[in-house]
Amino acid sequence: MYHGVVVSEPLKRTPLHAAHVKAGARLVPFAGWEMPVQYAGILEEHRTVRRAVGLFDVSHMGEFEVAGPGALAALQHLTTNDVTALEVGQVQYSLLCTPNGGIVDDLTIYRLATDRFMLTVNASNIDTDWAWVTRHSAGGAEWTNISADTALLAVQGPHAEALMARLTDTPVAGIRYYSFGLGQVAGARALISRTGYTGEDGFELYAAARDAEGLWSALLEGGASLGIAPIGLGARDTLRLEMRYLLYGNDIDETTNPLEAGLGWVVKPSKGEFLGRDAIETVRAEGLSRRLVGFEMVARAVPRHGYRIQVDGRPVGVVTSGSYGPSVNRCIGLGYVKSAHAAVGSPIQIEVRGTPWAARVVKTPFHTSSVKRG
Amino acid sequence: MASVPEGLRYTREHEWAKAEGDRVRVGITAYAQDQLGDVVFVELPAVGAAVRQMQGFGVVESVKAVSDLFAPIDGTVAEVNAALGSTPELVNQDPYGKGWIIVITPSDPAQLESLMTAGDYEAFIASGGH
Repeated sequence: MYHGVVVSEPLKRTPLHAAHVKAGARLVPFAGWEMPVQYAGILEEHRTVRRAVGLFDVSHMGEFEVAGPGALAALQHLTTNDVTALEVGQVQYSLLCTPNGGIVDDLTIYRLATDRFMLTVNASNIDTDWAWVTRHSAGGAEWTNISADTALLAVQGPHAEALMARLTDTPVAGIRYYSFGLGQVAGARALISRTGYTGEDGFELYAAARDAEGLWSALLEGGASLGIAPIGLGARDTLRLEMRYLLYGNDIDETTNPLEAGLGWVVKPSKGEFLGRDAIETVRAEGLSRRLVGFEMVARAVPRHGYRIQVDGRPVGVVTSGSYGPSVNRCIGLGYVKSAHAAVGSPIQIEVRGTPWAARVVKTPFHTSSVKRG
Repeated sequence: MASVPEGLRYTREHEWAKAEGDRVRVGITAYAQDQLGDVVFVELPAVGAAVRQMQGFGVVESVKAVSDLFAPIDGTVAEVNAALGSTPELVNQDPYGKGWIIVITPSDPAQLESLMTAGDYEAFIASGGH
């Protein structure tokens, strides 16, 4: 039932909207975009990525470029990770934080040249991130928002490299995890990044928006004998959850700090000053009152964002993400719990529709990673 | 989509009801499972629980959605489909067969007559299913 909700703007569409409709996608609103949540079905799509290769349209995500003699300093100030450790041709996962240590967004940074970088940000945060980086940037750094002109396709699964080898002369076998190359894929110029959000080997392809449809078709055709299928946001979520990859808005936001979220590994206080550094170091010194943990349900009840976590009837936390995990054949989730209940093995209960269901804190990731390290 | 089975009765909430002697078997329709997506959990009532027509008796969960199950008639729960505990996907694969959800001992078998026929239900979903 509609209760007088006014939609001020129509949903945005990626360059691949027509392709999604043709492929039988179920389209839903996500972060102001009309996106495919599924095609053949979430569980089948999830399994296709783990066993063969899947193709994702994530063109709704945002991309910014920053260039100039002040670009490195601007990024060092804005982000938690150490950008001086990032070499040309490499990618770095990082965070934008507020001065009180909350998280503005998680992002990846690509070093295109000594003084030129690309940032990839969450679709839900494009406008806030753009305002944030431009506001907190000093001189000598020129920012460009290239989101509207940039398509982003992800090719993920054990057959991803074989598929890419069919469509590009760039020696993709030589592109290491969290590195990238520039080349042509099916005739379109692309930045080929060995990154992803699934835990499988794979690539993310940045191309001009006008080349998106041709690239999408070429990948589906080229991958047909490898078992390729288009994959929607539903399976994207079950895949990332099994790997304990975080989702901004669910697991992290401006009320969470990196240390309690388990992201201390991308916080480098020794690099010097950055937005949020003092607040984060204070938290480190005082100790964490809560931690983001992974848990599995004993029975098959599905944990979902916002469900309360209790221990013997006392509230101890909240679920931030949860689902059935097809590769682990259990219901799994992430949630913040008071530190006393954060140890692996701790029994907790998840309140599902008013009833506590048994769960336990477990090690993460829930599923073994197959990314090509080393 | 395959046509709706004759000989069953249907609710506006997309449950089907099948008279089997003095009992009534209940599940959700092919249309409903398609709308829901992959079913991952079914919350079943206890055997012996009372059910009332168009009151909730359980929940079916897909990856993305939670949906109440509504009893087509008044009665008591005689049986629940325990197989759904380990293979909830039966609801998607065989919604009118192995994906059945509960069996009810009706308090008033004539209530079945108040439900939609297959033809009514087909027209109902053709016009949006609300």
